[in-house]
Amino acid sequence: MIEQLVVLNPAAFSWGMITPVLPELVLLAIGVALIVLDLFAPRQRQLLPWMTVLGVSAVLLVNLGMYTPAEPGAMLRNDAYSAFFCTLCLASVILAALMREFYSTQVQSHQGEFYSLLVFSAVGMMIMVASVDLITIYLGLELMALPIYVLTGMHKKDLRTSEAAAKYFLMGVFASAFLLFGMSLLFGLTGTTNVAEIGAYIGRNNLADNASLVMALALLIAGLCFKVAVVPFHMWTPDVYEGAPTVLTAFMSVGPKAAGFAVFGRIMLAVFPELHANWGPVLALLAVLTMLVGNITALVQSSLKRMLAYSAIAHAGYALLGIAAGSASGMAAAMSYLFIYLFMNMGAFAILIIFSQGVEQGESIDSCRGMASRNPVLALCMLIFMFSLTGIPPTGGFTGKFYLFQSAVAAGYTAAVIAAVLLSAMSAFFYLRVIRLMYMSGPEQQPAITAPSVGMLVVLGIAVAGVLATGLVPGALFDWAQRAMLP
Amino acid sequence: MIPLHWYVGLASALFCIGVCGFLTRRNLIMMLLSAELMLNAVNLNLVAMSYYLESLRGHAFTFFIITVAAAEAAIGLGIAIALYQHRRSVHTDSFTDLKG
Repeated sequence: MIEQLVVLNPAAFSWGMITPVLPELVLLAIGVALIVLDLFAPRQRQLLPWMTVLGVSAVLLVNLGMYTPAEPGAMLRNDAYSAFFCTLCLASVILAALMREFYSTQVQSHQGEFYSLLVFSAVGMMIMVASVDLITIYLGLELMALPIYVLTGMHKKDLRTSEAAAKYFLMGVFASAFLLFGMSLLFGLTGTTNVAEIGAYIGRNNLADNASLVMALALLIAGLCFKVAVVPFHMWTPDVYEGAPTVLTAFMSVGPKAAGFAVFGRIMLAVFPELHANWGPVLALLAVLTMLVGNITALVQSSLKRMLAYSAIAHAGYALLGIAAGSASGMAAAMSYLFIYLFMNMGAFAILIIFSQGVEQGESIDSCRGMASRNPVLALCMLIFMFSLTGIPPTGGFTGKFYLFQSAVAAGYTAAVIAAVLLSAMSAFFYLRVIRLMYMSGPEQQPAITAPSVGMLVVLGIAVAGVLATGLVPGALFDWAQRAMLP
Repeated sequence: MIPLHWYVGLASALFCIGVCGFLTRRNLIMMLLSAELMLNAVNLNLVAMSYYLESLRGHAFTFFIITVAAAEAAIGLGIAIALYQHRRSVHTDSFTDLKG
């Protein structure tokens, strides 16, 4: 007992132990600093987005340079896999902060709270992608989700946001409970919460036919599918994405979804490789259903924001195909696709924010009408993003889909890939409709659009460069993802 | 000593009651309570398994779940209050602004 209490003595505490979580701790400190600054220096509020961007970029660089060796029993692991997803998630935070700078002149829009909650959510995502233990996976997931519930409902004056927050919150809690029940069954079966040890235990004891294990697998898949918005667990997505503030929608459809996929891939490939025959076809079927529902429902939307919400569902289906393949190359393809999706989706939402001018009617697809003559540069950017979302070369969307479909065919899901190709051809209809409205219909009597802010221009620059770079020279990104999947 | 299956059976029953309550109730507060019931079923499961496996992991996990559930309840009630200020009701049937 005495020996154990020595741990409480600060002099005997080994500070080296906290080095692996240092980036998370720094990010936490930045989040606290942001809200304190908002409170005590209200005149300097326009600096908050830039501080967020600087702080998160610094943490990202530190985290990239940090590889801790895998220790048995460790709950977090900074490996190439977590570094890849960490870059993706933190990049989405940086882009969201830059986009939010557009609103920095608005009064009473909770500037400090927005950035600080965004950063807290980023801490949760970092923990999620680095965790190799069920406890930390759950804690990271909740730390990521709780600030987003608040962010969704923050503008209390707008009726839509409270409703979106309530729906998101209820569905999130429900999904977490499913995930947890699956985790508790796994713990009971194997006696450990470490992901790799659970996988090894299942392999060692031939538990693949155990009914409880299959039950745990089903519960985990249901919980994770809720989190990444896969049909039939997607009902909350369109409403929440439409009701939330647009900057947050852009962030939610990229960062937290990528973190969810990181956990999904980690659990499926590390815990259940023996059961791939069970979950592979199920996930492939869910992926096709997701693309079907996402793409068909997007066809009939008259709101651009809601159309992009359904397109986000469809794209989760494409990425899920990579996980369903159950191979390292499939996961690598899904990872690169999510990275490309970061650029094209953030870019499309940035344009939506500029076009809509902050009013609800502006979110209609008609606000694109005649945009090519009103602002040709913005119209050209939107053209590139829409081409990429459809999957037309030479954009990143094409190369990403190409590698995904290739890995799914290699895993034997030819029928699913044929369905995916057909549905992605169908998606051209609603993506290209935006382009047709921009280029081929005359401008109506509309007020000139306000010039985008500096942050918005940076976002558009990064997004266009990212989409074109991943389309023209895809090698670097795919090599990085492949390396991240090496054991 | 009570066998482990009884605990797991009770936890599963509680979980199913929670799921049914969540899917049938239309009041936000009742849905939140049903979700809490589901989380408590998980806690019961973890504590019983931890006891039988003589491992502390399950106990530790339970404490974390209880803490997170408290935070979740705080946020859920906050959202319920924000909704009530606008609509004078927290029934999910009144959620009609977002559709399509």
